[in-house]
Amino acid sequence: MKKIFLAFLMVWIIVSFASAQEVKELLKKVKNQYDLVNDYVADGKMKTNVLFIKAPIANVKVYYKKPDKIKIINEKGISFVPKGTININLNNVLGLDNYEAIDGGKEKINGTECRVVKIFPLSDEENISRATLYIDETRLVTLKSVISTKEHGTYELLLTFKNYIAFGLPDKVELSFNTKDYKLPKGISLDFDNGADKDKADKLKNKKGKVEIVYSNYSINKGVSDTVFTPK
Amino acid sequence: MNEIIRVNNLTKEFKEVKAVDNLSFSVREGEVYGFLGQNGAGKSTTIRMLLTLIKPTDGTIEIFGMNLQQHRKEILKQIGAIIERPDLYNYLTALENIQLFAKLSGIKIPFTHLKEQLAKVGLADRMHSKVKTYSQGMKQRLGLACALIHDPKLLILDEPTNGLDPQGIAEMRNMIIRLSKEQGKTLVVSSHLLSEMEIVADSMLIINKGKKVVEGNVKELLNPEYSIVELEADTETALNFIRNSEWNKYLKSVANHIIRLEFNKDKIPDFNKELVAHDISVESIRRIHSLEDYFLTQTKD
Amino acid sequence: MFFTILRIELFKIFKRPRTYISFGAIAVIVILVQLALKVNGKDFIELYTDSQSDTFEIPYNKILNGYFVCVAVLHMILIHVPLLVALIAGDMISGEANLGTLRLLGSKPITRTELVLAKFSASTIYVILLLVWMAVLALFGSILLFGQGDLVVFKEMDWHQMNSYDVLWRFFAAFIFASLALTTIAAMAMMFSAFSENSLGPIVATVCVVIVFTIVQQLKVPLFEHTINPWSFTTHMLGWKGFFYVEKAADGTTIDGSIERPMALVRSGLILLGYIGLFMSITVWHFRKKDILN
Repeated sequence: MKKIFLAFLMVWIIVSFASAQEVKELLKKVKNQYDLVNDYVADGKMKTNVLFIKAPIANVKVYYKKPDKIKIINEKGISFVPKGTININLNNVLGLDNYEAIDGGKEKINGTECRVVKIFPLSDEENISRATLYIDETRLVTLKSVISTKEHGTYELLLTFKNYIAFGLPDKVELSFNTKDYKLPKGISLDFDNGADKDKADKLKNKKGKVEIVYSNYSINKGVSDTVFTPK
Repeated sequence: MNEIIRVNNLTKEFKEVKAVDNLSFSVREGEVYGFLGQNGAGKSTTIRMLLTLIKPTDGTIEIFGMNLQQHRKEILKQIGAIIERPDLYNYLTALENIQLFAKLSGIKIPFTHLKEQLAKVGLADRMHSKVKTYSQGMKQRLGLACALIHDPKLLILDEPTNGLDPQGIAEMRNMIIRLSKEQGKTLVVSSHLLSEMEIVADSMLIINKGKKVVEGNVKELLNPEYSIVELEADTETALNFIRNSEWNKYLKSVANHIIRLEFNKDKIPDFNKELVAHDISVESIRRIHSLEDYFLTQTKD
Repeated sequence: MFFTILRIELFKIFKRPRTYISFGAIAVIVILVQLALKVNGKDFIELYTDSQSDTFEIPYNKILNGYFVCVAVLHMILIHVPLLVALIAGDMISGEANLGTLRLLGSKPITRTELVLAKFSASTIYVILLLVWMAVLALFGSILLFGQGDLVVFKEMDWHQMNSYDVLWRFFAAFIFASLALTTIAAMAMMFSAFSENSLGPIVATVCVVIVFTIVQQLKVPLFEHTINPWSFTTHMLGWKGFFYVEKAADGTTIDGSIERPMALVRSGLILLGYIGLFMSITVWHFRKKDILN
């Protein structure tokens, strides 16, 4: 009985190790795809769907520079960009040096079968506590990621690829994130009561926010100044 | 002469107080009609009813032969008025005030006429000054100019000499006489000063506590031959005698055991004789020498 | 004759120094608010956004544009303007009674209804001019000082953002609605004025009523929320803000040119019109039978 158990454990360790190696290989391939891009500027149409924010579709520019700089700027208008949009750049996860990866099996995302890879950073300095990537093994792109951060909760990212798949860049991203309650103390705003707030009170309990960006006109590897990323 | 104003049984009650009590009188065209009474006698209330500022509790007012309630606008177009003091906008100039009056009168008046009117009352050089800088006399003159700007047929002046200095009073008096005699306007002038009325009025109405005391031609009322006789006697017997004799037509009023009659002073001895002949014990017979005396006796509380 | 009286009433209003106090006061308040926001605009915005600054990038500089400042100015100023309106409208009848000039008007060949309606119309024109003045200073002044941009309005439970090209018409609509709201105040002040013989009473009474109902409204006590507040004119006077509340589509983005619950605005407008009708009916009814004694 003891022998059987030991044999089973050995097999499991060997299989696990082999599979961990396999997913790390897969991640490396995906990263290589990403590494083709040093920087890009893209036009985007950003939709914000947060319960307490009523904003129009915004025309934004998305700036990226390797390894992890990303900035969304609405040049003409106002946009409330969630701070978690840093996570739409998967280099945050793919660029980790010290991590453990586990094969989570296979799952279909929007009809495409994906390999589920669970990543656990081993360094305490990382902001990410865990991440799950859903990788299209054929095209070597990530279609979905769920990233748990230490400070800002969990972000879920859905990516759609079409025109820029050669560079591993999505045509559309949908970022879901946790939001905090919003309610001003009474009397500050002295609002006109049109009856709408009575319905909002219940809906506030659903705290998920969503931002969707549809990209166009990627300008890839043409150089992006660092000043774009400095906070103003 | 035509009747310009006819007032019938006019009454005004303010809660429990009767300010005007069943008052009737008439004003004829072209005359200066004096309206005399002590302060609080009901003069102002009556005048305000003539100007539709106060609604009568009862009675009717006809002006220019028309019912005041039914033809208010038509009637008021032909009336000018100063009530107690001239109603002027102190923050406007004299010219602006008179312009405003002209527009409110509902009649188109040429701008040059406004200036002429101010010149007539001696305000030509101050027409662009704000009224708040005017003396009381100047305000009164401006008020009169404003009241006359639309050439009204009837002018109603409530206590027009109030607050004026002697010179102002004389000016106002002359103005009233001139308007009546030279321009043929009908004037209703109220005052608590009989001396003023004696000078300017053709006819007069004396009221006290809202009631008519006497009405008539001033000359006749002031005629020393035409006297008010006060009789103090056994009231019941004396009244019984008077009412059943030819003296009844002279009977004016009975109050506080005093019977008042109005007849020529020459008839006093005959009247006395008849009273004695009818066994009426007379305590006194007294002739009131002037309207002033009469006014005072009638109006004192 | 109505228009003659109206012209006279307007002439009188604009010949009085106190009329210009209101215009001066508005200019001072608007400029002070603009200066304060120019210096401390970020702090002001943080009042509303502080709880979300961890989750979102707040573009303070962009939010603080001319449109935002104008809404802030209106928010601060429109609570106090009823006092300025009462100052003129509350004096319309009682002030003349006090001066003695009401006797002059009452003895002229004009009906009392004409007189009251002309005075009310003159007050309304005054209100409109006051708002035009406010619009010029608050809107165009703020645009000059802060520039244009998308407008963000912070409510108690949500933020409403409008594209810059979708804002100006909202301001015009808001100013029209504010005229209606302030005309309601003018009508109420005139009603008090008809019952009074001195100038101060109606002005104080009007301001007191506005303050009491505003406090009741702010208390948000259930007892008042379901009884007084739905019908209180101070609730509906805030309707101008409704033009800055936008509707959003199913995808969460706003619809250009939309208003959140427009029927609530229509209802508020109708309630205010109802109040104006009520106040003016009482004024005409009382003034027609009033004995002018002073």
